[in-house]
Amino acid sequence: MFAPFMLHAWIVATLVAISAGSVGFFVVARRASFAAHALPLGAFPGAAAASLLGVNELWGLAGFAVLGVLAIDQLQRAGRREVASALWLTGALALGMLLLSLSGRYAESVYGLLFGNLLGIDAAELALVGGCSVVMLVLLAVIARPLLLDSLSRELAAAAGARPSALELLFLGVLGIAAAIAVPVVGALLVFSLMVGPGSAARAFTNHPWSALALTVGISLLTIWSAIALAYVSNWPVGFFVGVAGILCYVVGRWRGGAAALAHSL
Amino acid sequence: MSTTVALDRVGVRLGERSVLREVSFALQPAQFCALIGPNGSGKTTLLRAILGFIPLSSGRIDAPTAGIGYVPQKISIDPGLPLRARDIVALGLDGARFGMRLPSKTRAAQVEEMLRAVGAAEFADQRSGALSGGQQQRVLLAHALVRRPKLLLLDEPLANLDVGSTADIVALLRRLARDYGTAVLLSAHDMNPLLPAVDRIVYLANGCAVSGKAEDVVRTEVLSRLYGYHVDVLRVHGRVVVVAGERDETRIALERDPIHTVTVP
Repeated sequence: MFAPFMLHAWIVATLVAISAGSVGFFVVARRASFAAHALPLGAFPGAAAASLLGVNELWGLAGFAVLGVLAIDQLQRAGRREVASALWLTGALALGMLLLSLSGRYAESVYGLLFGNLLGIDAAELALVGGCSVVMLVLLAVIARPLLLDSLSRELAAAAGARPSALELLFLGVLGIAAAIAVPVVGALLVFSLMVGPGSAARAFTNHPWSALALTVGISLLTIWSAIALAYVSNWPVGFFVGVAGILCYVVGRWRGGAAALAHSL
Repeated sequence: MSTTVALDRVGVRLGERSVLREVSFALQPAQFCALIGPNGSGKTTLLRAILGFIPLSSGRIDAPTAGIGYVPQKISIDPGLPLRARDIVALGLDGARFGMRLPSKTRAAQVEEMLRAVGAAEFADQRSGALSGGQQQRVLLAHALVRRPKLLLLDEPLANLDVGSTADIVALLRRLARDYGTAVLLSAHDMNPLLPAVDRIVYLANGCAVSGKAEDVVRTEVLSRLYGYHVDVLRVHGRVVVVAGERDETRIALERDPIHTVTVP
């Protein structure tokens, strides 16, 4: 499990868990789950575009994540947030189908992008994922406080002098970077569970916002580490375990939240 | 005494609709003032204009550039959000600023003092979304006041509060305005819980405003002139009720001679 060929997998998975977990706290706080689903899935056609152009698929994913961020941001200025995410998702998937058929990729590599693949990560990709994680975490640390205030109330944030529309764009940017690096590892379909599961579980255990953020990252790490270990032992896909763990997190959080509410009302 | 906020013939258009036409009034430090008007009269629009959220189509507003505290209408705090009452007040200190900040004793003391001042110390560590409406109002009030703004704007802070909480919040605002020297402007569609406590009222109707002492403003002839048709100000069982009369020739006469703003000294 800790053989040299697995080393890159462990490091990348750890980076992905930290970035997806920390942005996931805000995804749940801002009720942006749908955007957290639309961005990674909408970035997936970028990999097909990258192979058409003959560049690393991470660049394609990142490019499409950026396009997704700009599209969702522009569309939601004009209308509702869910509609913006849905429009982007539909458009990107349609384009993705076309690009895939043009690039003639093997079904196997498409499968890897949808459900994740931890093996065969080389040193250059590792450095790229590391760089993206650092940029994302620094950006998130800078905007964390106004973002929390804005999650509480957009009006309060505006009255305090923050610019909610700029914050939303920066938040989507952070979400886009986290999505781009997580897609090849956990898969476009399952990144969502890593972003929403730990965040919704952590809020049931603490009332302190920054403790909840730290706990979200902790649960996220635990999720992905145990998923890799179980995948290694069972030879089942990593994405399966991440998805199941995401649902478990949510159920535990709900159960614990429900118990706390019941105790409160008694 | 210096003026905290002054509005001079303020007009605001939202799309095609002219919401405010000519609103003029001024507030002095420590004044506790109610902004009264029927639903749809533009109370929220007026507060948002003072905050600079919406542009004016005419007139001008002189308001403190920094340091307006604001409690918006109907904030429903997500009960799932891991955020204590104490955190909301701390976000009032520096929530809009970028970057991380290490915990500091001075800041914690400022937050603690504010929580005590609004009577929120005992539930400071509870999850804010789980607090009652009256408790949430106190926390939001502390959030708005912790930087000691010169002006505090509250949009319908008494809506959805029970009678007891309403009286408590009104008394609290009255006291804080005096203690901190903050000019307080709060909007309400029912003036009755406020009349005994406020220094002044601004009555908004028909895109215009009358301001002054309550007894000078809430009068049949003053409000009829403002509405542009006859209304009756009735005092029943210690309550004041404004009732629209027939839209008779008073209105027609006023349309020929449109005096929008009546200022009562």
